[in-house]
Amino acid sequence: MSAENSVAPAESISRERSASSSGNDARLGQRTTPLGLGVIQGMLITLRQFTGTYPVGRWLLRLLRLDKGDGLVTISYPEVKQQHDERFRYFPFLVYDGTKDNLRCVACRICEQECPPQCIHIVMQKDEKGSPVKAHGRTLPKTFDIDVSICMSCRICVDVCPFDAIEMDNTYEHANYARGREMVMDKDRLLKSNEYFQKIKPSESAVVDARMGAKKAKEDAAAAAAAAPKPAAPGAPEAKV
Amino acid sequence: MTHIFSGASPAGTIDQVFVSAQSFLLSFLPQALVPWASILVRIGVIAALAPAIMMYLTWLERKIIARMQNRFGPDRVGIYGLMQPLSDGLKMLNKEDIVPNGADRLLHLLAPIMAVSPAILLFAVIPFGRNMAAVDLNVGLLYLLAVSSISSYAIFMGGWASRSKFSVLGAARTVAQIISYEVPGVLSVVTVIMITGTLSLVGIVEAQADRWFIATPWGFVGAVIFFLCGVAEVNRTPFDMPEAESELVGGFHTEYSGMKFALWYMAEFLETFAVCAFTTTLFLGGWQGPAVPFWTVTAVSAAMIVTALRLPIAAKAFGVAAMAALTLLFWKDPVPSWIWFLTKTYLLVFVMVWFRGTFPRLRVDQLMGFAWKFLLPLTLINIVAAGVWVWFAFPVGTLLSVTILIAGIWGLVRVNSPEPVSLRRFELAD
Repeated sequence: MSAENSVAPAESISRERSASSSGNDARLGQRTTPLGLGVIQGMLITLRQFTGTYPVGRWLLRLLRLDKGDGLVTISYPEVKQQHDERFRYFPFLVYDGTKDNLRCVACRICEQECPPQCIHIVMQKDEKGSPVKAHGRTLPKTFDIDVSICMSCRICVDVCPFDAIEMDNTYEHANYARGREMVMDKDRLLKSNEYFQKIKPSESAVVDARMGAKKAKEDAAAAAAAAPKPAAPGAPEAKV
Repeated sequence: MTHIFSGASPAGTIDQVFVSAQSFLLSFLPQALVPWASILVRIGVIAALAPAIMMYLTWLERKIIARMQNRFGPDRVGIYGLMQPLSDGLKMLNKEDIVPNGADRLLHLLAPIMAVSPAILLFAVIPFGRNMAAVDLNVGLLYLLAVSSISSYAIFMGGWASRSKFSVLGAARTVAQIISYEVPGVLSVVTVIMITGTLSLVGIVEAQADRWFIATPWGFVGAVIFFLCGVAEVNRTPFDMPEAESELVGGFHTEYSGMKFALWYMAEFLETFAVCAFTTTLFLGGWQGPAVPFWTVTAVSAAMIVTALRLPIAAKAFGVAAMAALTLLFWKDPVPSWIWFLTKTYLLVFVMVWFRGTFPRLRVDQLMGFAWKFLLPLTLINIVAAGVWVWFAFPVGTLLSVTILIAGIWGLVRVNSPEPVSLRRFELAD
C-alpha cells in the first residue's frame, strides 16, 4: 500500500532524476505492476512450484500450458545416489594387477612423506635379518594404513607416486561409529584391482595404462638387450625409471 | 443450549455419526448422570483432538512448505513421514528443561500453560458440524474474542519471566502487535453481528444457509481483514515479528526448551487452526455446503489413494475397498457437514502456510502502519458498506457498498502513499 500504480515510460538515462510525481520511490525502482498484484504474483509462483512437485500437478500445469517449475530437486540419498562425475575423488586406494599379492606399491614411502596431513603410514616388509622381502621382483609394504578421518582428498599421493600404485577412489561412505582403528583403512581394505580403476575412471586409467605399458615395453627391451650379451644377475636395480 | 447433540436431524446418517455415537454411548448410563457424562465426553474429545490437530498441523506445514521449496519434507519416519510428529514429541519429552539463572521459575512454567489453555478453550465454541458444537454459547463470538486475546498475556509473561533481553523484546513486540491487530479484527466481525443480529456462532452459521458471507462485498473485505488479523495474532509469517529469528534469536521463547517449548508451539498451532476455523465459521459458511452427493468424496479419496505412489499395494487395495463400502452404504447421503467444515478450515490453513512460503517478514513500522493506517479505517468503511448493503434492496445496496469499498480502498492507498522522496542530485562533471 505504499504507492499506487504508475506504469512509467521507459526511463531514459538522465543527468538528473527528479522525484516521481506519483509517489514512487525512484531509488527502489519503478513499480511495474498495479497495487497488490505483486503479492498475488509472488503467491502464484510458490503455488506453481508446489503443484509442480506432484505428478498430477505437473499434468495439470502442462494442460494449462504453464511453466512446470523445478519439480522435486532433492535426491533421497540412501535410496537414490547421485551420479558423480568421473573425476570425482574422495579417498585413495592401492592398485594391484591380477592377484592381490601383485600390488604395484614398493613401499618407497614417498607418498607418506608428501602427504600434507600425514595420514599415510607405511612399513616395508622385511625378513628377520632386516633386509627387504621381495615379491614379483619388487619390495612390498607390510602395512599400508590411511586414516580416513585425516585424509583431505588432495590427490598429492597419486601425483607423487612413481609406480602409479595409488589412485583416487570415488567411494564416499566412510562414516563409522568409532573414531580409532575403525577409521584407519589397512592394506586389505585399500587394495583394489586395476579393472576396478578402469571401471570407475576410464580416461584416467587409460593414461596410466598407456604409461605402464610403455614402461613395461622399455623394461622388456632393456632386459632383452641385457640378456643378449651376458646373463644378467637377477635383482639388479635396473627398474629405476 | 440444550438442543445440541439431540433430536432428529434433517441430514443423513453419516452427517450425524458423531452425534449418534455420543447418544449411543450415553444411553448406557443412568438418566441422572447423562448431563455430566455428556460434558465429560465433550471435554475429552476436545482434549484428545487438540494435540492431534496440533501434531498433524506441524506435519502438514512442513510438507507443504517443503513442496513449495521443491523438497520432500519429512519422509523418513513412517510412510510419508506420518510418524514424524510422534517422534518430535518423544524428542521434546526427552529434552532437558532449562530455566535460565535468575528467571522467575513460577512464571516461566506458567506462561506456556497459560498460552495453551485459551487455545484449547477456543475449541469449545467451534461448530465443527451440524449439531456438533461442544457449547452453543449465545455470546460465542464475544467469548472467542475474549479468550483469544489472553495469549498476549501469556507471551509477555513468558518473555518477562525468562530474564533475557531477546525474550523481553520479542514479548514487547508481540503485545504491540496483538493489541494492534485485535482492533481491526474485532471491527471486521462487527459487520457479521450487524447482519445476523446474533453472537452465537451456530446462529451465524445458520444465517449463511442461503449465501456465504464471503460472497457479499462487505463479507469479502471483512473475511480478508479478519483472516489477516488472525495471521498477525497468531504470529505467523509475514507477521512473525515476535519470533523474528534473524533479529531476536527466538523471540519470547528463546529461553524455553523441552516440553515447555513444545507447549508454545502447540499454542501457536492450535490458534492457527482456531483462526482458520473461525474465519470459516464467520465468513465461509461454516459447515454449510452445496448439496454434493457423498460418493464424490469417496471417489476423490479413492483416486488419491490409487495415485499415492509410496503406499504399498495392500494399503491401496484396502483403502479403495473401504471407500467403495462407504459409497455403497451412504450412496444417497449428502456430503457431511463436518467434512465441509474441515475442508474449508484446512484450505485456510493451506493459505497460511502458503503465506509463509511466499512472503518475507514485515518491518515493525510497516506492520503497525498496516494495522492502524490501513486495516482499521477500512474496517470502519466496511461497517458503513455493510449497513448500506442491508438497508437498500438487492442491486442498489450491492452496487453502493461495492462503490464505497472501492473508493475507500483507493482513498486509503492514496492517503498512505509515501511522500515523494526528494532525491539527491548527481551532477556529472562537465
